[in-house]
Amino acid sequence: MNGIHDMGGMHGFGAIPIEHDEPVFHAPWEGRIFGINFVVESFVEGTNIDSGRYRIECIDPAIYLNSSYYEKWTQASQSAIVEAGVCSLEEIEARMEKLRSEAG
Amino acid sequence: MASHAHNEPESDAVLRVKAIEQLLTEKELIDPAAIDAIVDLYENRIGPRNGAQVVARAWSDADYKARLLSDASPAIAELGYTGAQGEDMVVLENTAEVHNVVVCTLCSCYPWPVLGLPPGWYKSYAYRARVVREPRAVIAEFGLVIADDVEVRVWDSSAEMRYLVLPMRPAGTDDLDEAALAALVTRDGMIGVAAT
Repeated sequence: MNGIHDMGGMHGFGAIPIEHDEPVFHAPWEGRIFGINFVVESFVEGTNIDSGRYRIECIDPAIYLNSSYYEKWTQASQSAIVEAGVCSLEEIEARMEKLRSEAG
Repeated sequence: MASHAHNEPESDAVLRVKAIEQLLTEKELIDPAAIDAIVDLYENRIGPRNGAQVVARAWSDADYKARLLSDASPAIAELGYTGAQGEDMVVLENTAEVHNVVVCTLCSCYPWPVLGLPPGWYKSYAYRARVVREPRAVIAEFGLVIADDVEVRVWDSSAEMRYLVLPMRPAGTDDLDEAALAALVTRDGMIGVAAT
């Protein structure tokens, strides 16, 4: 698939963003989605590291470029569970709304 | 750096991940304690110190090094390092003539059992795009200048094949034991953007 993810040789991305003493996860949510993705592979039939990568490769190119690494993982996990019928997108977004109002 | 100040709305990603975790927990499909254990494993137990042990063993034991270079995954498993994203690993030996450097241009493939999860720069668009086109310039940004008469080989990882660089043993280390040698080995050296 000749998508945005196939970045080898592209121009224009600038200097390598080197971060010293970098943590494994930059925020707790990154570790949560990393772990959730592992477990999703165990209960959603047909999901594995390859299907996860394919889902990331299917993200709209403009969104791909503007999303952080674990934001892409979040999209991949979400689309896997939504397609498998485990949760609907509406259910996830309603829960986000609830969390947002509780936090407010 | 990711601290969340009060009165500042949580990001979409934070809320989405929280919502997904709650819903899957309520449906009894995931156990938050299992997620905690996975996070702990990759934050605290699996990381470049594992790879450094492999490198130090190879520097100290010629037979081990031969096994490592001919079939890496079983040789690495001898030290107890196995698991996800390390099923097929290849070790690339740096020499006075050849310097190896590893990338995953498509995403972030990386030998987890020996290096843990990749640093941000390894997953960055700049590294993925540039290291295959101008490896010497990219490596120099990390502070390592490769001499013109040394060949640079760039290895593009895939889901099926993951690479670990075996750096050259530094001069003047003949008296060091394996533990002391391992302490010299860095993550960046095993990716190929540092000498050791």
